[in-house]
Amino acid sequence: MKDFYSNRKYVIAGLFLFVSLIYIIRLFSLQVVNKSYRLSASSNVSRSVTQYPARGLIYDRNGKLLVSNEAVYDLMVVPNQLREFDTANFCTILNISIDDVRKKIKQAQDYSFYTASPFLKQISSKTYAVLQEKMYKFQGFFVQPRIIRKYTMEIASHALGYVSEVDEKAIKENQYYRMGDYIGKSGVEKSYEDVLRGRKGVNIYMVDVHMRKMGSYKEGKHDITAIVGVNIVTTLDADLQEYGELLMRNKTGSIVAIEPCTGEVLALVSSPCYDPALLIGRIRSENFIKLQQDTLKPLFNRALMAQYPPGSTFKPINGLIGLQEKVIYPSTEYYCDQGFYGGGIFVGCHNHDSPLNLPRSIQNSCNTYFCNVFRNILENRRYGSVAEAFNSWREYVMSFGFGSKLDSDFTNELKGFVPEASYYDKYYGKNGWRALTLISLAIGQGELTTTPLQMANMTAAIANRGFYCTPHIVKSIEGQSDIDFRFTEKHKTKIDSSHFEVIIKGMDWAVNGKPGSGSTARRARIEGITVCGKTGTAENPHGEDHSIFIAFAPKNEPKIALSVYVENGGWGSTYAAPIASLMIEKYLTDTLTKGWLEEFILNTNLIDHEEKGNTLE
Amino acid sequence: MRRKVILWNSIDWVTILVYLILVFLGWINIFAAEYDEEHKSILDISRRYGKQTIWIGAAFLLAFLVVVIDSRFYLFFAYAIYGLLIFSLLAVLVFGREIHGARSWFEFGPIRIQPSEFVKFATGLALAKYLSAKHLNINNIKSLASAAIIVVVPVLLILLQPDMGSALVFFSLVLVLYRNGLSGSIFFAGIFVAILSILTLFFDKLIITTSIIIVSFAVFWIVERKMKYVIYAMAIFAVISGSLYGLKEWFTFDLSNYFILVMSVVLSGLVYLFLSYRRKIRNVSIIYFLMVGALVFTFSENYVFNNVLEPHQQKRINIVLGIEFDPAGSGYNINQSKIAIGSGGFSGKGFLKGTQTKFKFVPEQSTDFIFCTVGEEWGFIGTLTVIALFSILLIRIIQLAERQRSAFARLYGYVVFSIISFHVVVNIGMTIGLFPVIGIPLPFFSYGGSSLWAFTILLFIFLRMDAGRMEYFI
Ligand SMILES: [Zn+2]
Repeated sequence: MKDFYSNRKYVIAGLFLFVSLIYIIRLFSLQVVNKSYRLSASSNVSRSVTQYPARGLIYDRNGKLLVSNEAVYDLMVVPNQLREFDTANFCTILNISIDDVRKKIKQAQDYSFYTASPFLKQISSKTYAVLQEKMYKFQGFFVQPRIIRKYTMEIASHALGYVSEVDEKAIKENQYYRMGDYIGKSGVEKSYEDVLRGRKGVNIYMVDVHMRKMGSYKEGKHDITAIVGVNIVTTLDADLQEYGELLMRNKTGSIVAIEPCTGEVLALVSSPCYDPALLIGRIRSENFIKLQQDTLKPLFNRALMAQYPPGSTFKPINGLIGLQEKVIYPSTEYYCDQGFYGGGIFVGCHNHDSPLNLPRSIQNSCNTYFCNVFRNILENRRYGSVAEAFNSWREYVMSFGFGSKLDSDFTNELKGFVPEASYYDKYYGKNGWRALTLISLAIGQGELTTTPLQMANMTAAIANRGFYCTPHIVKSIEGQSDIDFRFTEKHKTKIDSSHFEVIIKGMDWAVNGKPGSGSTARRARIEGITVCGKTGTAENPHGEDHSIFIAFAPKNEPKIALSVYVENGGWGSTYAAPIASLMIEKYLTDTLTKGWLEEFILNTNLIDHEEKGNTLE
Repeated sequence: MRRKVILWNSIDWVTILVYLILVFLGWINIFAAEYDEEHKSILDISRRYGKQTIWIGAAFLLAFLVVVIDSRFYLFFAYAIYGLLIFSLLAVLVFGREIHGARSWFEFGPIRIQPSEFVKFATGLALAKYLSAKHLNINNIKSLASAAIIVVVPVLLILLQPDMGSALVFFSLVLVLYRNGLSGSIFFAGIFVAILSILTLFFDKLIITTSIIIVSFAVFWIVERKMKYVIYAMAIFAVISGSLYGLKEWFTFDLSNYFILVMSVVLSGLVYLFLSYRRKIRNVSIIYFLMVGALVFTFSENYVFNNVLEPHQQKRINIVLGIEFDPAGSGYNINQSKIAIGSGGFSGKGFLKGTQTKFKFVPEQSTDFIFCTVGEEWGFIGTLTVIALFSILLIRIIQLAERQRSAFARLYGYVVFSIISFHVVVNIGMTIGLFPVIGIPLPFFSYGGSSLWAFTILLFIFLRMDAGRMEYFI
């Protein structure tokens, strides 16, 4: 039989060879031309696992541990790697219901099939131990260890700050950070971030398709060892801080306590405060929003950021400037008949002995006296004009650390405001204002604003008789012999130290003067310790005035200087002075001699308005 | 009449050599794919490579048995063998063990047998026997239908398991029909349908329909060579579709453009048929019916795709066509397979050094995706070698087939060619992302006793026929 179709063998063979040729071309392009598959293969098998070092620990000045770390475990799930598993067993281990499992897997799937998302956050280490042994049965799940902050005492949340996940801005600014890293967001955590964080490490593992570790990649040649964060000793006195927070409970305001000769911050209380533990781990974001929405602004660090007029607590500065400018002498007396009258301006005063010299006017907090002093300063003939004299006054004021940031190691410090002559030129026109126009500055009111930290610093400068060290919160950093030079350098004020004694005498009398001599702060007295202080009231246009008290003790060789602000507390002597005195006694003697005063303070609630009016007679 | 031949001398050693090389390469690649640090011996029978060693030994024994049997046996018992294996397909539906949702396996203790693998050579024998009958005209509808029945019966039974991949293999037998005189137009129409069906999945049905209409006009012009007719036809079509579109706009009927196009084809078709009948232009009706056929086909394919196929099957097809890009979803296999092969580079990562292979990124790597191991560990050199070996084997089979004196042996040779080439083309095509993932093994390479034995029997029956070509004149 003739085979008519014999030539079809070529068609058939040709078809096959044609397909083979296409395959060979395709393989050539896949294997030889295209290099990207090699990268895919190595990224397939290598998994970089970031090793997060433990963050540095934070101690108080006496070695008490304030902040440490705690390991928690997040159970993660990668939905497309899930295989059938023993759900009953799984649920028993984790103590959740099957419905929970379904719901959580659904959630994870909605997020992504291929990337890990948290299935159950922060499982206990006990559960983790049980789970780990059975992990191989639950494909698609893995456990991600995390280190979170642990607070041993519920104190100093504002000073210590908090840690949270980096935002995109921080990632852009600093190459070090990657999505999901943690970073200090405020306080010590932020200002000492570089020291505390240590250095991240990377371990590169070979993994199989189920992400099971199959040993290290290239014998760990590319691994980087993590370096643990450095520990920090703060200047805080944990007991004093805790006591301060206790005293400020149910009040808004602040306490800043400084060791005068070093500038070390012993306590930094901003009230209301919050439990620092609220801002860690999975509860963080929820709590953060709550704290942010709180009308009392617990996240607002009043000690550094609240700017009030200093009120009468500023009088010692005007006294010092007067002495330095030789426009008054310690013995200079002024009559006071319930106020200061001049050029159509009246500044009221309270009833007290008259006339008074400088220390007694501080003791009595006489407005008239300081109006006269201020007027003398500005109308000093040494200067060509009031404006010139005013700017010279301003120089003196600024030498106490006012009107600019102190450059402490706190973040979020604010400057306060000390006006310049040009500021008034704008309002009143050049030469359009006189000393009397600005007379409220004489008694610390008007445009002048200061922060509680600056006021504590001023008090330290007075206690030191003329210098201060920049307030700071870190006493030492492990492995470093010194702290920053800027904290040990002495900043001289522009007042000769000889002028301070008389002002300090006045502050001594304000606290310790004989009954009937007009002492404004007798409540701050402590048996056996000479406390020097000055009351003040910051005018508050929105409600009750703020009660202020500055003090240091003992009079000679001062160990503590502080400013106390109680918002809506009325007179400085009412709440601020007792609190200061309790703090001083606590710090210097660790005893309590005035239990009734403590009780009064603890029972005072200035936040809940119904209980307000609890006054002590 | 029988001539005594010495089997040892007359058997084709070229084919056997290529067969042995392929089996050996398969064996070491299975070893690499399944390699386990704790079981380093290739003879460890607790591992797949150890088992494969046994399957290979058994395959050699089977090859020997197949070759020592008288070659007339296969002709005389072709239908009986076919019937026996069809029976086994029925039996497996009842007694088979269900694995991954398919009832494809008999289980005898530790051994599993997949009858669908063996049905391939049996169907080949039956088909070759049927087609080799004298005076058979394959283009006769009745003969074509009978040949089709031989093939379709096992296909249907295998689809019942269900095992789509194994069923598809049988369609490769159309090559045998083609070699035996099946009309070239039917053969290429089949290829055209295959291309059209892929395009249908790619493009919108409106574009496909429009293209088919344009192609039809072009064909009409090529056949008739009269521009006048074409212009008339186009004018008629334009008027009808234009007025339908106008009516739709005028009465604001809620009709799709696709519907209007189809209506125009139907209405203008009536006009064409009337005119061509009057003017006796025979080709018009043929072209018209081909066009309608193409339209119906695309429509039904769309229907099948959207309503009959399971979502995961739709997805797989879409991924091969590049319609969906989804590196870790259902395209995962293909993607990992391409990474494995692509990362091999020119000369490969070396034996047992493939990371994709070692860490099991490619599923089914020792069975359907064994080619990945070759690509990753032996590189382009390896893949080229394997394709070259298969090409040598298959071209050699054609050569052997063509030198047969009996139509039966020649046709059976083409059966061997069709089945092996289909497996090779589809299996390698799927690993390099040119074919959908259809789970069929790479002949002689993939792990598994059934497939190795079935391919060995398939091939060695043919080698026995070839060795005996001078023995008998069948
Ligand atoms: Zn007075």
